[in-house]
Amino acid sequence: MRVSASLQIPDAAGRFGPFGGRYVPETLIRALDELADEYDKAVADESFQTELDELYRHYVGRPTPLYHARRLSNHCGGAQIYLKREDLNHTGAHKINNTLGQALLTRRMGKPRVIAETGAGQHGVATATACARFGLECVVYMGTEDIRRQKPNVFSMKLLGAEVRPVSTGSRTLRDAINEAMRDWMASVETTHYILGSVVGPHPFPRIVRDFQCVIGRETRRQCLDQLGRLPELIVACVGGGSNAAGMFYPFIEDQGVALLGVEAGGRSNNVGDHAAPLCFGHPGVLHGSYSYVMQDEDGQTCDVHSVSAGLDYPGTGPEHSYWKKTGRVSYTEANDDEILAAFDTLARTEGILAALESAHAVAKAMELAARRKPDQTVVVCLSGRGDKDAQEIALLRGEEFE
Amino acid sequence: MSAIDTLFDQLRNSGRKAFIPFITAGDPDLEFTADVLRELVARGSSICEVGIPYSDPIADGPVIQASYTWALDKKIKLAEILDMVDGLTGELAAPIVTMLSYAIVYRHGLSEYVARAKAAGVAGLIVPDLPVEESGPLADICRREDFSLIQLITPTTPRDRALQIAERTTGFIYYVSVTGITGERKELPQQLVDNVAWLREQTPLPICIGFGISRAEHVRMLRPVADGLIVGSAIVRRVAEAATRPRKDVLTEIGDYVAELISAM
Repeated sequence: MRVSASLQIPDAAGRFGPFGGRYVPETLIRALDELADEYDKAVADESFQTELDELYRHYVGRPTPLYHARRLSNHCGGAQIYLKREDLNHTGAHKINNTLGQALLTRRMGKPRVIAETGAGQHGVATATACARFGLECVVYMGTEDIRRQKPNVFSMKLLGAEVRPVSTGSRTLRDAINEAMRDWMASVETTHYILGSVVGPHPFPRIVRDFQCVIGRETRRQCLDQLGRLPELIVACVGGGSNAAGMFYPFIEDQGVALLGVEAGGRSNNVGDHAAPLCFGHPGVLHGSYSYVMQDEDGQTCDVHSVSAGLDYPGTGPEHSYWKKTGRVSYTEANDDEILAAFDTLARTEGILAALESAHAVAKAMELAARRKPDQTVVVCLSGRGDKDAQEIALLRGEEFE
Repeated sequence: MSAIDTLFDQLRNSGRKAFIPFITAGDPDLEFTADVLRELVARGSSICEVGIPYSDPIADGPVIQASYTWALDKKIKLAEILDMVDGLTGELAAPIVTMLSYAIVYRHGLSEYVARAKAAGVAGLIVPDLPVEESGPLADICRREDFSLIQLITPTTPRDRALQIAERTTGFIYYVSVTGITGERKELPQQLVDNVAWLREQTPLPICIGFGISRAEHVRMLRPVADGLIVGSAIVRRVAEAATRPRKDVLTEIGDYVAELISAM
């Protein structure tokens, strides 16, 4: 197969065009180099991929279905909507695809301890799960605001044997959890691997996480060919850090007939502080070790952001998304809080599926765009996670009792 | 030669070492920051590091994080900090360097930042989240402007890489004493002295050691191998008391503390 320039990225310095790189303290450089080397060796080692494939199949429950949401499609009155059911994975979201891969890398590097950050708690649960499965010590950093709104996941992590360390600095959300995990890693780097949960951070994380998540797009591509006999017209995925979107989009990058759309958190309004949509409203800048679109003020200070979905409540995004935006290969838009709550309801009542609030962003835009397309066209949505974790937060938003 | 190079020439010629305090700009306000800088220099500091508050400092421990947060809560801007420094550099007998995140430098523009800082009398900068492979563009500008780009070497830096960093550093090498974040430590690692002694044989650049240093015994342990010592959190912690106690008392205590460490050098 001929590989295009777009598929060869990142380069050896971790650059996706101008984006990416490594803006972290010198203390971490050796560990990042070791991780990049170990990953290259793992990729070249057939037994690594075989072991991961076995885990995906028998432990995670892959391949996940590509489900034709007929009642939702009829409700929208346009194109056929298909859902890639990442919510049916073990632990309820796509995050497990990455944490199992990185847990295998941790074992290869001989490190006994793992740290992770989490926003919605999905990555935290997936990391705690992988660590339990491989007998690794696990510490998860989580903002106290996220602990409040994602209680079921906090309890699950503890049941799985992980220690959840509350982070009460800054906005007390995902961004602060990453800061605290990085600080832990500064001191523990000799014995600890940091399982970063999204396609963000310093090189080689954006590449490694994307590669592990690409199982989503590879399966979807094959399932489209099997079930539809062709590729879809449009694929939609939500973007915070952007790991489910990166994994879904990457295998379709060369399929020019397939439009790709990333949906950021539009929050309450387009005003700074009311949304978490750096690709839509931000500028290129440096945050958490990489150069990418970010919400920053004119002094380079990170802005506070808002989203009802903890997993998208992040001021930055993956460098590869910035690259795709710059090249025009992927379009980026945002869905606001009201739109996603409505989409959540519609999906629940037409298909009997509770989507994660993160994934509801993709559902909202897919519904809107499907309505404008013809019934013989196909829109695929990455349903990245299930919504059980959000029931309490949704009740709160509606002023209903949750007991 | 930047002001830093000149200073280390003078220190070496007279057999002395540099004491380099770090304080956060704007904690609790810029007026007090200026007062503290005057006190630090009056008590014998050789260079002052001024920390530019940043919203997401991943290399800093709780003390410096908190001081950054307090300063940013008051909406402090880089321009105001440089104005304060500008008003001070004429009277201070010690050069000032800024420590700041690359996020801030990049946002202002590399050339623009260096030009503005230089115009304010700043002699150089430390960018703790800019490793050597990413430092090329800024290093070129700094060389052209004779503005010191002080780079860091840590206990996890392999030796061949340390040489590469030394090659591209100007002013002095910032040797990080511990694998970890900033903050006071009771003890410093034993192999630190050997590592710095090795590096000293590889480069003519002055080597200053920072992170964790807070006690006279640390100063005595590191004095033989270092050209200078950097003390941050121990001073920032004392500065923080100005929020609740008479500023004059706090200033005197900071001065006395610094004088005690300097006398151990």
